[in-house]
Amino acid sequence: MTVTSETELCAALRDAKGPLRIQGGGTRPIGKLEMGEVLSTAGLSGVTLYDPGALTIVAKAGTPVAEIEAVLAESGQRLAFEPMDHRHLLGTKGTPTIGAVVAGNISGPRRISVGACRDFLLGVTFVDGAGTLVKNGGRVMKNVTGYDLVKLMCGSYGTLGVLTEVALKVLPIAAASTTLRLDGLSLERAVAAMSAALGSPYDVTGAGHAGGATYVRLEGFGESVRYRAAELTQVLAPFGAAIPCDDDPWHQIREVTALADVPGDVWRISVRPTDAVTLLPMLSATDAVLDWGGGLIWAAVPPGTDVRRHMTRGHATLIRGTGHGPAFHPEPAPVAAITQGLRDRFDPRGILNPGLMT
Amino acid sequence: MQMPDPSARVIGLKSQLVDRLLAVLPAEAVISDPAETRAYECDGLAAYKCPPLLAVLPSTTQEVSDVLKICHEMDVPVVPRGSGTSLAGGAMPTADSVILGVARLNAVLETDYADRLIRVQSGRTNLSVTGAVEQDGFFYAPDPSSQLACAIAGNIAMNSGGAHCLKYGVTTNNLMGVTMVMMDGTVTEIGGGHLDSGGLDLLGVICGSEGQLGVVTEATLRILPKPEGARPILMGFDSAEVAGQCVSDIIKAGVLPVAIEYMDKLCIEVCEAHAQAGYPLCEALLIVEVEGSPAEIDEQLALIKDIANRHNPVELREAKNADEAGRIWLGRKSAFGAMGQVNDYMCLDGTVPVSKLPEVLRRIGELSKEYGLDVGNVFHAGDGNMHPLILYDANKPGDLEICEALGAEILKLCVEVGGCLTGEHGVGIEKRDLMRVQYTDADLEAQMAIKDVFDPKWLLNPAKVFPLDASAPRRDAA
Repeated sequence: MTVTSETELCAALRDAKGPLRIQGGGTRPIGKLEMGEVLSTAGLSGVTLYDPGALTIVAKAGTPVAEIEAVLAESGQRLAFEPMDHRHLLGTKGTPTIGAVVAGNISGPRRISVGACRDFLLGVTFVDGAGTLVKNGGRVMKNVTGYDLVKLMCGSYGTLGVLTEVALKVLPIAAASTTLRLDGLSLERAVAAMSAALGSPYDVTGAGHAGGATYVRLEGFGESVRYRAAELTQVLAPFGAAIPCDDDPWHQIREVTALADVPGDVWRISVRPTDAVTLLPMLSATDAVLDWGGGLIWAAVPPGTDVRRHMTRGHATLIRGTGHGPAFHPEPAPVAAITQGLRDRFDPRGILNPGLMT
Repeated sequence: MQMPDPSARVIGLKSQLVDRLLAVLPAEAVISDPAETRAYECDGLAAYKCPPLLAVLPSTTQEVSDVLKICHEMDVPVVPRGSGTSLAGGAMPTADSVILGVARLNAVLETDYADRLIRVQSGRTNLSVTGAVEQDGFFYAPDPSSQLACAIAGNIAMNSGGAHCLKYGVTTNNLMGVTMVMMDGTVTEIGGGHLDSGGLDLLGVICGSEGQLGVVTEATLRILPKPEGARPILMGFDSAEVAGQCVSDIIKAGVLPVAIEYMDKLCIEVCEAHAQAGYPLCEALLIVEVEGSPAEIDEQLALIKDIANRHNPVELREAKNADEAGRIWLGRKSAFGAMGQVNDYMCLDGTVPVSKLPEVLRRIGELSKEYGLDVGNVFHAGDGNMHPLILYDANKPGDLEICEALGAEILKLCVEVGGCLTGEHGVGIEKRDLMRVQYTDADLEAQMAIKDVFDPKWLLNPAKVFPLDASAPRRDAA
């Protein structure tokens, strides 16, 4: 089923007889999704407002991410949270949409410095499971008018409502960028090096570890990047000689390309960076990529492994593979009760992506 | 300001309630003498006052849980209070409510520089969070102007901002986790030292919920390494339009200052008389601050000066040293106090898209003439968060009402051009009855449904945020 307007979507949800699978571009089939008719947002497409002087873009949910990035690039701006494209890792086809990025709160390496998709999301319009159109937030950067349903919708994977339009803050594309690389560090030393870099005043906008190398990114105006690269090299000296990278590794880190051809399940794990040092060796991972200074672990593990039995804090989501338990991290009882209460309110008939977030 | 009639049933429960609270709290933590409860009769919105039934000052999460459990069982409304600096009446009590103050919960529980976070009890003041880590080169970024007094609990409740949020974001962007006590006494942990949620982003909903969903007793906050330095530049223009265009051009050019502050002529004059900061007496003044090493600052300021010069500034003054930087900030930081010394005023807090600033400033000027009250403008221009100050005479009958009516018109204007009613102060009681200007009934229903889940009896800070008639069926049913 495809809808081309909010009115049609309201009617479709109001009249729905059974479960629906809400789909943007269909590039990210994660979670334990139950069967149901596909409801595509692809027909809700287009940039509705772009105000470069206010660093704001508003687009319908089904707008391809590539279209938004192209529009922004013309004015020298970008989605600063650099959302991941899942197609390579998951071997999927289709066109990633901005609504699905928001629905999954998808954020890349720069999240560690500028914030996640949720932090850039200024406003949403959505239709809840009863077919009611709801707006929250707006298109300004500071807004505390009423409850923040913008954050609630971001990362709710279409289980509380179907997004029709999103407003996002954007940022200028940096004039210059440099990445420093350290080779041969142990996991512990790599995380320590990234912590040292992120704890320095030099405004690091990426800190990752993949394929035996540790990377730290600096962005900004040319002179400033040169200055900070020199200073940061000093900060990193105890960990070895940091050398400028010729190739930009951030695309690979963002898309987790290192794990694309590695067999097994792939988990996405968010922890305190220093917890990664003890957790990762326990996972029997065949390969792993660290982002966010170690706070984000992408781990390829033997099929059926539940990495969560080694975790006492943080959360993990099964991104690729079938696994045996839930794909999303089980919540403690009081939190699970609130979550269920919200689902009952926003989707009383349980028709929106039922089962996806379990 | 209309508030619901206090419940005679609840007021009649006072002595019984005191007895039960004394069983779980030390005697000095239960305040029931009317002479003492008066200290909690208002917050920073001092025009509206009402002493609470009781006030309690728990010292632990367990005590907060015990208090809430008792109030929940006895169906007594609870108004959580940080430091009481809300400008929106967020902590204003009703005569049938218990004020739950978190001021005694002020410890630092953990600092972790490798993971760049600090865990504190929620009564700790904003500035003292930075105070706990600055000797090691870190700081907590959100800096509301009340930061010396305001508590983290209140910052979370109102999702507080500050002058430097253009670069660092507001509270919600710097909050990683909370320990929260639900109205029925259940203690829950949401978020923590990791980033983002593994399920629904409940932390994002709790932040900015104005103490209506739970009482936060502990918070995990992101801390950042202090920049090497910062330097402001001051620029004056002969029209608001040109200043607004200059702000937009700076942002478009790819410079990201940490702050862009705006003052109009009325505010400049008052500040000059009060603080003698040496500001030019022009129509519009901007203070732009950038951060980094001296060379980086030079690079950014050169770009900013280039842009400013294209707009024919009447003054362009770069701070050469810390003393000059201090003088540039002096007037801005004393603006509200200075204004308060010359006049009664009402401070608004609407946000507009940055590109609409010139139009909105012009139309505020027109409204000001129409209503016959002066309006000064001093605000965070970089993110469009305006603070129009409406001057009125509290001793002149009818003046406050005209001021409130003008304020409502200005906020409607903010919404009309694509903005919102409140950028950082919160709705509280102040903007409660204007919510329908921005939201439909369905929008409000969706928000109230959240409270239904967290606080089914609507006992936490009940008569706030939503128009009274909208929340009445829920409050009455409870």
